[in-house]
Amino acid sequence: MRDFALMMIGAALVNNVILARFLGLCSFMGVTTRVDTAAGMGLATTFVITVSSMADWAVQHYLLDAYGLGFLRTVTFILVIASAVQFTEMTIKKVSPKLFQMLGIYLPLITTNCAVLGVALLLVEGKMGFMSSTMFAFASSVGYSLVMIIFAGLRERLALVQVPRLFAGPPIAFIVAGMLAMAFMGFSGIATS
Amino acid sequence: MGFLDRFLKTPNWGVHPEDHKRPAADVPLRLFPSPERIFMPLHQHVGGAARPIVMVGQKVLKGQLIAQAQGNISAPIHASVSGTISAVGEVTAPHPSGLPFKAITIDSDGENRWIDSEPLADPFSAAPEEITKRTAAAGVVGLGGATFPAAPKFALGKRLKVTTLIVNGGECEPYLSSDDRIMRDYPEMVIDGARLVMHAIGATQALVGIENNKPEAIAAMRQAAAAFPEIKICPLPALYPMGSDRQLIKVLTGIEVPSDARAAETGVLVHNVSTCAAVHKAIRLGQPLVERIITINGGAIAAPGNLYAPLGTMISDLFAFVGLKEAPSRLILGGPMMGTPLLHDRIPIVKGASGILAFNAAEAFVPEAGPCIRCGNCTKACPMGLLPLEMAARIRVGDLEGAEKFELQDCISCGCCAYVCPSHIPLVQYFSHAKGELTAAERSKLRTEATKRLVEAKTARIEREEREKLEAAARRKAERDAAKAAAAKAATPVAEQTQGASA
Amino acid sequence: MLMSVGSLAAMGLALGSVLGVASRYLSVEADPIEAELLAMLPGSQCGQCGYVGCGQAAAALAKGEAPVTLCPPGGKATVEALAAKLGVKVDLSQVVDSGPQIAEVTEEICVGCCRCIKVCPTDAIIGAAKQIHNVIREACTGCSSCIDVCPTEALAMMPIPVTLQHWTWPKPASAQH
Repeated sequence: MRDFALMMIGAALVNNVILARFLGLCSFMGVTTRVDTAAGMGLATTFVITVSSMADWAVQHYLLDAYGLGFLRTVTFILVIASAVQFTEMTIKKVSPKLFQMLGIYLPLITTNCAVLGVALLLVEGKMGFMSSTMFAFASSVGYSLVMIIFAGLRERLALVQVPRLFAGPPIAFIVAGMLAMAFMGFSGIATS
Repeated sequence: MGFLDRFLKTPNWGVHPEDHKRPAADVPLRLFPSPERIFMPLHQHVGGAARPIVMVGQKVLKGQLIAQAQGNISAPIHASVSGTISAVGEVTAPHPSGLPFKAITIDSDGENRWIDSEPLADPFSAAPEEITKRTAAAGVVGLGGATFPAAPKFALGKRLKVTTLIVNGGECEPYLSSDDRIMRDYPEMVIDGARLVMHAIGATQALVGIENNKPEAIAAMRQAAAAFPEIKICPLPALYPMGSDRQLIKVLTGIEVPSDARAAETGVLVHNVSTCAAVHKAIRLGQPLVERIITINGGAIAAPGNLYAPLGTMISDLFAFVGLKEAPSRLILGGPMMGTPLLHDRIPIVKGASGILAFNAAEAFVPEAGPCIRCGNCTKACPMGLLPLEMAARIRVGDLEGAEKFELQDCISCGCCAYVCPSHIPLVQYFSHAKGELTAAERSKLRTEATKRLVEAKTARIEREEREKLEAAARRKAERDAAKAAAAKAATPVAEQTQGASA
Repeated sequence: MLMSVGSLAAMGLALGSVLGVASRYLSVEADPIEAELLAMLPGSQCGQCGYVGCGQAAAALAKGEAPVTLCPPGGKATVEALAAKLGVKVDLSQVVDSGPQIAEVTEEICVGCCRCIKVCPTDAIIGAAKQIHNVIREACTGCSSCIDVCPTEALAMMPIPVTLQHWTWPKPASAQH
């Protein structure tokens, strides 16, 4: 149990998908102008990562490992992820047209969000069991959502302040992202004993 | 009242600007000689503009009705000098835009002859409605600066069963001393006017709030009110904006007027001391509101002080009377905190004009605005408990709805935040801008809705006309067919016979 | 070889059928956003956008076929509202906002032909045959459909005059930064 908890904290905070592994930076800069959009994106990505990692585990275990088809890993994973994204897109369109409009092009782009494939590949590398890999995927995506929401909050404030013209817009956003990453480095000091 | 009470009662908002009221406040009131020509604006109050009822060339007496009130919230306008109407035209409005508005020009005959007046002999035995009616007919509006017509406010107070009348002698704006002067020179008029207002609204007590930087006014008013136990003179700490109604109510009665309610709904009604004096004149002397005390002050004025001047007098005439030391760098109608900047001095004074300030270059200097350093001084100063820095930041980037979420509509534009801002950010202008834009957006939304209704009405009308046309055509066709059939019938016997024969 | 091809094909088939079933159950019939967009448009059916009326324009907007800047009478406010609703960014400085305008009749050259009365979508023009027409300012939406039909060019679009009631404080100069 303790190992589970530690693994989840590690996945969410210490080895954060965005700030430590630098995955999913496209959506990190793209949809963090408003907190509600970022939260929606975080929710959608959490769903996709969790579901696809479960499916990927099954594919890896029962298909690729069983028949020695390791070289097909990337193709099959992308296939699974793309289907999960399509499914999510349809659901969101049905449930919340407003969120659908706000996420815009970034919603189908979850397919190519490297955080999704990255987490799936990390799971294979870690050779985890079904339960722990699902937990790991979920914790990673929660970490992703957390950073998205924090950064969106920062950018909402950033939009109001008078930034010197040289830094206005994306430059100051990148500087803030760097500071946020440095702040998250502090989590690596969590004592495990 | 113990020391601790006093300490606890001190409000935790507001600012202490240097008041600059003296020496102008101590100079005896001067009577402004009748000007050669006055420009009587038709819109000197909140609500609908008055409708002129005089012709060019017509002779009028002082106090004669020259424009009627129009609509529920409006006030009539009376001639402030006797003479001849020379034009019904336009004059620059006392407004920051410098746009013109309608005004009646009267060439004075220099005699200042009053029209015959009919004072109310015993107002306290008359019905309260009679006082309200006469106040409305005299064109009395709130003279503190809001210029809301007094009579509808009386009616509102009566309807909502107001128990307490608050007489506002706060005059917290620096430089101004017209209310101070009226309390010093005519305290009986103010007290009597307050009693008349109490009678009109059915109030049982009156609290006169006067800032403690006006000891002479407090003494004079105490003496005048000595005979009337229901009127209490309450000295107030000198603090800006003490003269704002919500703040005054809070300090005097402890009641906080809710954001979405009017003061009258909490059982109190606020009237300015000058308004009370105007009510007194309207009822006891039968004189409409055509003159007022106006403070002329500022570094550019040679002999600052208070003038008793007819409404509609050009500001330039007043300046000629008091003398200018130098060309004013900035002109303000009202006080320096909330007053209206004027573009030039060819503007007539109106009912709400409590003062004209002519600032010299040193007084008019405005430092350049810097960025917000989030010191939070503005939030401490704000008497409404708002967050000016948050609102201004949102307005700056055009997020007006965001500013509205910080209760922008509760802002009273008192200027405390801008006064204390170490970065000299023109916060009030941000808020005025945003409020104006939001009102305009609201208006255009209403307009869109009205347009939709009009379009629907037109479509419905055209459909109806088409239908009627079709129906009429069908009817005509039926009639024609019937006529044809009848004609055919008349001609058929032969045909039938032949048909029958052939069958 | 056969194994890999077969497994990929099988996976594709399985996932495809799952999506197919899902799309059937999660299909969205009408675009609910269309009604909201229609409510934002002026509704004067003036046709300046190139569509027959506001309903068609709203449908095109919902489909993403029309730019949010399509409505000239709506001005900047409408563009902003539409952009916010559709979640698109728009450079407002590119929007030519000539300010709200309304039609005005030059009385000297109006011949009283009544043509403008027929085309006005809001019945904002009054008059009768051989009588000088006039525009009711409050009802005119500034759609300018009457301008083209006037045989004597007596109708022209004029900016709405700024009055004391409509004037608003400008944004402080320091805000432009």
